[in-house]
Amino acid sequence: MSKESKSPYLPATTQKHKGLSRTLSIVVLAAFAVFLYMANSGKILGSYELRIIRLCGVYAIAALSMNLVNGFTGQFSLGQAGFMAIGAYVTSLFIIPTAQKTAMYYVEPIAPWVESLQAPFIVALIIGGLVAALAAFLIGFPVLRLRGDYLAIATLGFSEIIRIFITNMIPITNGSLGLKNIPDTANVWWTTIAVAIVVIFMLRLMKTSYGRSFKAIRDDDVAAEAMGISLFRHKMLSFVIGGFLAGISGGLLASVVGAITPIYFRFTLAYEILLIVVLGGQGSITGSVVGACILTVAREWLRFMDNGFSIGPLTVPPIAGMRMLVFSILLMIIILFYRRGLFGSNEFSWAGLLRVIKSIPQGIKRLFTRKAKAEGGGS
Amino acid sequence: MSAITSDMLLQSLANAITLGSLYALVAIGYTMVYGILRLINFAHGEIFMMSMYFAFYFVTAAMLPWYLAFLFAIACTGILGIIIERAAYRPLREAPRISLLISSIGVSYLLQNLAVVLFSGIQKQFPPVAMFQDVITIANVRIQKLSIYVPLITAVLVIVLLYLVNKTKIGMAMRASSKDFETSRLMGINVNRVIAVTFCIGSVLAAVGAIMWGLKYPKIEPYVGTLPGLKCFIAAVIGGIGNIKGAVIGALLLGFIEIFIVLFFPALSGYKDAFAFVALIVILLVRPSGLVGEKIANKV
Repeated sequence: MSKESKSPYLPATTQKHKGLSRTLSIVVLAAFAVFLYMANSGKILGSYELRIIRLCGVYAIAALSMNLVNGFTGQFSLGQAGFMAIGAYVTSLFIIPTAQKTAMYYVEPIAPWVESLQAPFIVALIIGGLVAALAAFLIGFPVLRLRGDYLAIATLGFSEIIRIFITNMIPITNGSLGLKNIPDTANVWWTTIAVAIVVIFMLRLMKTSYGRSFKAIRDDDVAAEAMGISLFRHKMLSFVIGGFLAGISGGLLASVVGAITPIYFRFTLAYEILLIVVLGGQGSITGSVVGACILTVAREWLRFMDNGFSIGPLTVPPIAGMRMLVFSILLMIIILFYRRGLFGSNEFSWAGLLRVIKSIPQGIKRLFTRKAKAEGGGS
Repeated sequence: MSAITSDMLLQSLANAITLGSLYALVAIGYTMVYGILRLINFAHGEIFMMSMYFAFYFVTAAMLPWYLAFLFAIACTGILGIIIERAAYRPLREAPRISLLISSIGVSYLLQNLAVVLFSGIQKQFPPVAMFQDVITIANVRIQKLSIYVPLITAVLVIVLLYLVNKTKIGMAMRASSKDFETSRLMGINVNRVIAVTFCIGSVLAAVGAIMWGLKYPKIEPYVGTLPGLKCFIAAVIGGIGNIKGAVIGALLLGFIEIFIVLFFPALSGYKDAFAFVALIVILLVRPSGLVGEKIANKV
């Protein structure tokens, strides 16, 4: 959005709007920061709500990572769960205190070099991201020669291979028992600031020649190659950055949930992240963030369904898993009828919000006229 | 590598053929759908899972004798396949292919969650049928009767299917639609019906595979179909996607790979599930059109 408004050819009103929207953004962000500060000091929200906010951040980064590869570069990859697993395990191994690590590995004794790993959280997080990026780099060589659904299945396959390796490397990863007692370092600030950094990074990246090349490859790879863009190098770059971001999000996830097992990182996780990206809009950075928040909050909010509820005369008994069913039905509706997601490939802007608000009365009017027309046709 | 006797080899051979035949039944569903819609039907593994539950409930809750129960379960799965196609894939017929793929992932997610609600996440035991699970000994090799029935049933079904595809009118319509979707439509083929029939056949075969899978590995839970599903898709790719004979060959090959690598390298048994994915990567890089597939330029 702001790319256009920088142009000197635009009318003065847009320039004025730019100042206004910047003020608005600053006000909203400041209000949000104050809210976070209050929330983190335990004044308004309990630990349960805080955990939801933290999870929103984790999923937002994971979704941005997938969106970079799928939405911006057009390479349909489903490997994010595997990279998140790598990030989560590496980060956890660096931050769990040595004594607790030793006690945890009772099936097979812990490898000595793993036992001695220790690092501050930020370093551990970055190492986790780098190891995930390295994995992405190695996987990218064979996989990025594939396209479309073949790429999807191959990346999904690699993510499963990563999971199988984690399950079997018991002296390092504690196998299927997983890791426990992961320090709860990633508070609301950590996740939110991480999201902010990733969002700014992505926005900047998309304005560089690399970002434009990604989009060119997405829109038409043959034309992009003809223009001298190296397909493989750019796909690889996007894939490696995606792997790094997924690793970071995995590391944060480990710290938020406190205990991880290989089961946590199976196909379903990749599907969930994909659904966030689809909900927000493929190729929209703000879309992914908003989508992650909506999905995470909705999943918690729908929790009442597991305890049974009644709609008018209809009483639904408590059934475990009901909320996930309702949740997946809602997702199917979005997939089938709102294919472009909330944002399409656009970004959030105040002008856009204003447009949406302005168009609501018209939309309602149109809804009624269409209905009337349909009724007229029926009779 | 210590002392592999000829008995062990024969035993593994029987296991490999059984596993490969099971994979084949599911792989055919993938390959047929891909042939016509160019869609990896991610929900196929979940159709597989649902039919195990159908069979389970027809035996335990409806108290039917096993043959009737299995028959009903197969029929229900066929209907489920048609419903899924109608509800989740037909509305997207004009949409980009990737939307279809996302929709199939959505269906897969939905069916898993539906299974948790309907059947609960607690693991269930597939009802045993003595006729299939009795153990017989042939020349020092102890095998379940299942190991004899499964390849036979698969062979019969594949022959029937090949007849259906190659010799009947609907089969001709299927082949035409998979060659060129738009032109077939212009030539007056009811493509929607062809696709519905394809899904139905694929689901029915998956159901037969699932029931026999349940007899062999009698443990059902809502996620039981995902991994076999993906492996069978890989089998279809190895054979050459879109080709029924290829799917059978690929599935048998995959069965052999899984059983024999574990036999020769027991240390790798924990990594068994990764073999299929490695095989997939290798085949996509070396021969992307599969073992018996035709060369298609835009695949890779």
